[in-house]
Amino acid sequence: MADDIDIRIRVNGLPRRATVPPRLTLADFLRVNCGLTGTHLGCEHGVCGACTVLLDREAVRACLVFAVQADGSDVTTVEGIASPDGELSVVQAAFREHHGLQCGFCTPGFVVSVTAFLAENPKPTDEEIRAALSGNLCRCTGYQGIVNAVRAAADREDSV
Amino acid sequence: MAPYTGTRTPRVEDPRLLTGTGTYVDDVVRPGMLHACFVRSPVARARIAAIDVSEALRLDGVHAVFVAQDLNSGVHEQWYTLNGPEDPDTPRPPLAADEVRFVGDPVAMVVAVDRYRAEDAAELVVVDYDELPPVVDYATALESTESVHATHPGNLVGELAGRPMEELAPVFEDAPHVVGVTIRQQAYCPVPLETRGIVAEWSAPAGEMTVWAATQSPHEVRSFCARLLGVDEHRVRVVMRDTGGGFGQKVLPQREDMCVLLAAAKLPAALKWIEDRQEHLMAAGQARHEHGEARLALDDEGRILAATLDHVQDAGAYPTPSPVQSGLAVGLLFPGPYRIPQGTFRSRFVFSNTSGRVAYRGPWQFESMAREVLLDTAARRIGMDPVELRRRNMLRREDLPTANFNGMPYDHITPYETFEQALEMLDCPAFRREQEQARAQGRYLGLGTCTYVEPTAGATPFHGTEGATIRIEPSGKVNVYVAGGSCGNSLETTVVQLTADALGAAIEDVSTIQGDTALTPYGAGTGGSRSGPMTAGAIAETAAGLRDRILAIAGHRLEVAVEKLELTGSRASVTGDPEKSLTLAEIADIAYFQPHAMPPGVPAGLEASGRYRSPHLMIWANATHLCTCEVDIVTGGVKLLRYIVSEDCGPMINPSVVEGQIYGGTVQGIGGALYEHLAYDEDGNPLATTFMDYLLPTATEVPVIELGHIETPSPGPGGHKGVGEGGAIGSAPAIVNAVADALAPLGVEIGRLPLTPASIVELVEQAGVMTP
Repeated sequence: MADDIDIRIRVNGLPRRATVPPRLTLADFLRVNCGLTGTHLGCEHGVCGACTVLLDREAVRACLVFAVQADGSDVTTVEGIASPDGELSVVQAAFREHHGLQCGFCTPGFVVSVTAFLAENPKPTDEEIRAALSGNLCRCTGYQGIVNAVRAAADREDSV
Repeated sequence: MAPYTGTRTPRVEDPRLLTGTGTYVDDVVRPGMLHACFVRSPVARARIAAIDVSEALRLDGVHAVFVAQDLNSGVHEQWYTLNGPEDPDTPRPPLAADEVRFVGDPVAMVVAVDRYRAEDAAELVVVDYDELPPVVDYATALESTESVHATHPGNLVGELAGRPMEELAPVFEDAPHVVGVTIRQQAYCPVPLETRGIVAEWSAPAGEMTVWAATQSPHEVRSFCARLLGVDEHRVRVVMRDTGGGFGQKVLPQREDMCVLLAAAKLPAALKWIEDRQEHLMAAGQARHEHGEARLALDDEGRILAATLDHVQDAGAYPTPSPVQSGLAVGLLFPGPYRIPQGTFRSRFVFSNTSGRVAYRGPWQFESMAREVLLDTAARRIGMDPVELRRRNMLRREDLPTANFNGMPYDHITPYETFEQALEMLDCPAFRREQEQARAQGRYLGLGTCTYVEPTAGATPFHGTEGATIRIEPSGKVNVYVAGGSCGNSLETTVVQLTADALGAAIEDVSTIQGDTALTPYGAGTGGSRSGPMTAGAIAETAAGLRDRILAIAGHRLEVAVEKLELTGSRASVTGDPEKSLTLAEIADIAYFQPHAMPPGVPAGLEASGRYRSPHLMIWANATHLCTCEVDIVTGGVKLLRYIVSEDCGPMINPSVVEGQIYGGTVQGIGGALYEHLAYDEDGNPLATTFMDYLLPTATEVPVIELGHIETPSPGPGGHKGVGEGGAIGSAPAIVNAVADALAPLGVEIGRLPLTPASIVELVEQAGVMTP
């Protein structure tokens, strides 16, 4: 088996150093090594989007990235989206207001994906919203509340 | 103060779930915890000739490899409370012993320090299989000379029927119109986004088992575990906080759970098993796989004279539970909300060498699929608009109460009102004009509906009661304890709303504790669309006595008659003299710390437990689903244009929660009609074991869903009706009918699902239409 590798990753603003096997996924590094269990694994083959995190501000699937690939990077997980005092972000608050979550398992992936999407496209059309959401699966909401939440978050001046 | 019940109270679950701080089973970490990985059969049917685990055991970090001989003999008792110990059950060994019976059948379980190492070791377990001819197709399994289980030659699990079909023969012989269709529905499944998972930790000195589970029913997991291991029930504690979707899949423990529980009792530390998605799609179970021949006799005016259904359902190799008891509902509900003077059904349940059948949101959904497709087909064959045929036959308010031809008693339902409301929301005549114009341009638009009645909160012995404990703490803050099992059902929010109203407490003073068997009253969990009515009953029952005690204490201190007091906003005040009042905190202080100030006969403290027993066999809910679509006959693509649901779930506890349940269920049915297919090849190899092959609807496939409400109170607590399952019942039939309506000018009739682009192109080609 290949030797373990030293990595340094800044996670939600905190520097982390670890020695990890090369095959350890970023998702497992975050969940197990960092104890940040908000990043969820729904398929582990890059389709469901539940494990989406920001890697240097870009939304990626943490199940398809090895921890060693994130060496030297800045990672933001769902735990890093709200204010330190617990105040929900605009996106999170909109999900709550529009019933954009039920069981909550897909929710971290949606929150992170939408945060990245609105940063890139602050004034999306409805079609752009649906297209942006199509990389994340939800089994509870039928996407109705999620689409409405993203619309509402985008319509707020201070969404980003 | 206005009541909280009926309002869009923001969910109490949301802050933790939105910030990634919920606790799902995979988030549970125990000291020294070990990890399990299953070795699964790669073939559909084979004799296990030999298993060599030696190489796996030599791998660093591997603690144990269990095979059937190690675990199966540890089973003390194995049955589900719903069915009881006496019910004829289907086989359910923890690990495959002599024979593997489907691809994914668990053969061995590796235990290692982490999941990576466990998977490495699983690859080193060598199993010799002597392959046997599999029984893949349940539809021909009854004629097969091969048996999935030697105990069941001919592969029949069981059979249920109403009156003999022959008795109906004269009606069909004499009827002016007789219409028959055969509908074959594909296998699809609940697919919660969180896979199955369990953590079990045995304390040998104490003889206690603690289990963390992804489940809809923590108390059933406890009962099942206690029986399985022969441990007293009060020595087993099951905890669930957040579960990532259930939809029926997580209503009962399955074989892998048995393995983990049995193995944990042999291990020095907690054992965790988290299923991966491939395992889930191979082995977590299938649903909806069934077919039926449905027949209708009609008079000259299109009035239904009789209806029959001959139904066959796939049980897979190891169903959870035996499908026979629950499968009865398909036949019983087949008449739906229509005046059908007589009819009957037969249902047969058949083993196959595929993943076992599990419960799935509206498990009897095929009754609606068969009936509603039959009605549309009948209308077209006798030259009538399907809307008109339904109008002539649908039950109306003046027909109630009534019973269907199987004796199911209907009341407090509004099928006709929901049907007309949905048509009005669409503007049906305008759509028909648009459809006609489109056809003239060679475009194929269709309209489909499905109207159904649905038994919710069914009072089986297991489900017919529900408990609640309400504890007003010395500070006046309130905790309400119910069994729980919420998997996205928003049960924490609705329970808080109901309790605040029942006690006259401010909602911010109420919190809830659910899902821990050590703390909460026994309850069957979420399932059968029962949580709304049953927890409403439990809370009303429990809060009533507590409210009396609160008022008695306040009246005693304020020196006024109890009748002169009102209790609202966590304050008891004298009617007309609001200055004269006591807060709930002050009342609690008296109850706990000033026993001398208590009125005579009122017990100290402010805590009560109660148990609601439903006097209703079931509470009926009903709805109409309506959708319009455009079918591209060249690509076979279906685009949903409008989607409307008109439903009657009685007074809503929380409209956002109700709407969310309807939306979610509806979209699961959209997936079932158009995309999802748990397919097997003819050798029994599963063809859809990833989300690249098992296609779930995404935000781009799903239309805006428009809702209409009709509100008829049920006779149950608060007038509420269950609403969890219905969306998944009505949607697939409505879509099938819409596609059939679109393709009707081509002479296409639909008999096989799902309606994938390829299958639609094939139907169009078979109809002999030349496509450009």
